[in-house]
Amino acid sequence: MSLIKMINIQKHYGGVEALKKINFEVGENEVVGLMGDNGAGKSTLIKIITGLHPFNGGEMYIKDKKINPKNYSVKKAHEIGIETVYQEQALAEKHSLWRNIFLGRQKTNKLGFIKVKEEKEETNQIMREMMGFTGIGANPDSSIHTLSGGEKQGVAIGRAMHFNADLVILDEPTMALSLQEVEKVLNFIREIKEKGKACIYISHNIANVYPVSDRFVVLDRGKIVGRYEREKISLEELNTEMVELTKVEG
Amino acid sequence: MMKSKLINSKNVAKYKTQLALFGIAIIVLLLFIATSPSVFLKPQIYRAFLSTVPFVGIIALGLTMILALGEIDLSFPAVMAISGFVFAIIFETTGSVILAIIGCLITGAIVGLINGLLITKIGIPSIIATLGMQFFIRGFSNLVSQGRAYSMGLRDTIYQKIFAGSLLGLPVQSYWFIGLAILLWFILFRHKFGEHILFTGDNEKATKMMGINVDKVKIMTFILMAVLASFAGIMDIFRMRTWWPTMGEGYLMMTMATVFVGGTSMFGGDATILGTVIGAFIIGSLEAGIVAAGLSGFWTRFIYGLLIIAAVTLHTVLKKKK
Repeated sequence: MSLIKMINIQKHYGGVEALKKINFEVGENEVVGLMGDNGAGKSTLIKIITGLHPFNGGEMYIKDKKINPKNYSVKKAHEIGIETVYQEQALAEKHSLWRNIFLGRQKTNKLGFIKVKEEKEETNQIMREMMGFTGIGANPDSSIHTLSGGEKQGVAIGRAMHFNADLVILDEPTMALSLQEVEKVLNFIREIKEKGKACIYISHNIANVYPVSDRFVVLDRGKIVGRYEREKISLEELNTEMVELTKVEG
Repeated sequence: MMKSKLINSKNVAKYKTQLALFGIAIIVLLLFIATSPSVFLKPQIYRAFLSTVPFVGIIALGLTMILALGEIDLSFPAVMAISGFVFAIIFETTGSVILAIIGCLITGAIVGLINGLLITKIGIPSIIATLGMQFFIRGFSNLVSQGRAYSMGLRDTIYQKIFAGSLLGLPVQSYWFIGLAILLWFILFRHKFGEHILFTGDNEKATKMMGINVDKVKIMTFILMAVLASFAGIMDIFRMRTWWPTMGEGYLMMTMATVFVGGTSMFGGDATILGTVIGAFIIGSLEAGIVAAGLSGFWTRFIYGLLIIAAVTLHTVLKKKK
């Protein structure tokens, strides 16, 4: 069974065609590396899967259920089990870790008042078990702006993991991270795979994408221009292919 | 022992803005007592503050929510006027206070809704949308009322006691103010709606990405602001038993000063309800204090300005250190 199946998906922004009849699939337990230059359409494709933007044409199936773009939303994507770690990290800097973890999915009573103690306790657990925040100065009350880039990414990833997603989408998760922090993110992706979940990993950095992905999909100017399986291609060959595929003519 | 010391120092650091504000309030009070002890050592002046401060204070609570959202509302003085006018018309035609109150609050909610729609759906910056709305509805109420005041002949009913009476020797307005402050504190810091307001003000894009309907949050907050302005209008009508076309004028700067002196950031994502309550009492007591000290009324604005600059500088410096 495919977790995600997109058939001839199209997306326009006004007169600009951002995605041109895309056919894209993610299996239940695979890591797909999504690659391409800036403006290739990677983020647009992700925003469609996560319910941020509706698609204009084609069909999308999630867990074999047809998606109606008119009533598909981020909330629905969360309910289905799709979590995203965005390039921009989607964190509010002035706010605490515990508030950021549960934003949009607060633990509340019937009147909508937040169960602060429960959220903080759970955050503490997430910090230790999923983010590897042991021994550092951060606690559930720490503001996001006091954390390092890697720690922030850890929060975004920990949040995605905590809600038990079947598909985790990572949009450029290693940008501006130290080598050590990049390794942490790559280990996290391996963990997703080990747990039987799926992942879409978007990055410019082929060296990072290659070791953790099962398949590679290359986008260029709104079109899928290449599909590869890791078993059948080396890193060097993939690199050469990428340069060829995304070459600007003229 | 060590732990409790640590917790205490952490709390002091967390609330240093509010503590600094308390310090300012106490200094202002001591200055007033030193310059006119005959006025400021008697309870009457404080009772007078408790009857006047809540009007600005309640609107300032609403404005605190708007600033937490990262927006601004300049239309609230005119909202007081137009919703008060609706109150007057309904009361005059039906004689029903309850209908007049409902009509007044609904009018506020409609103006708030229009403000919210202009900002979210059309994309007009809130400063311009609400400035336009301020002129539009002030002009509309002047046009419809032809500039005349309505004396309403509200008798001493239960409503009078609820909105302008006294309880345990204190003006009932002060109970409304403190009660609403506590309610709004819980909404802003303990309810998911308040959390959505703060997150929208901090990082709107991230908030959207987490599935929050940011437009709805903004519209609801503008409605809340306008309803609070209408509510202050109702209290003012019961106090004066009259509606007049310039109702609410003069509240704009006082309310803004209250919120900024209170320490709420104008950059969104951060707010203090306790600060606004203290700010309301500081701003609300200044005029009386200046006059009682024997200075002419000309000093009022000068000292308002000085205090706002000093308070905002203090908050900014403290936040930078944090």
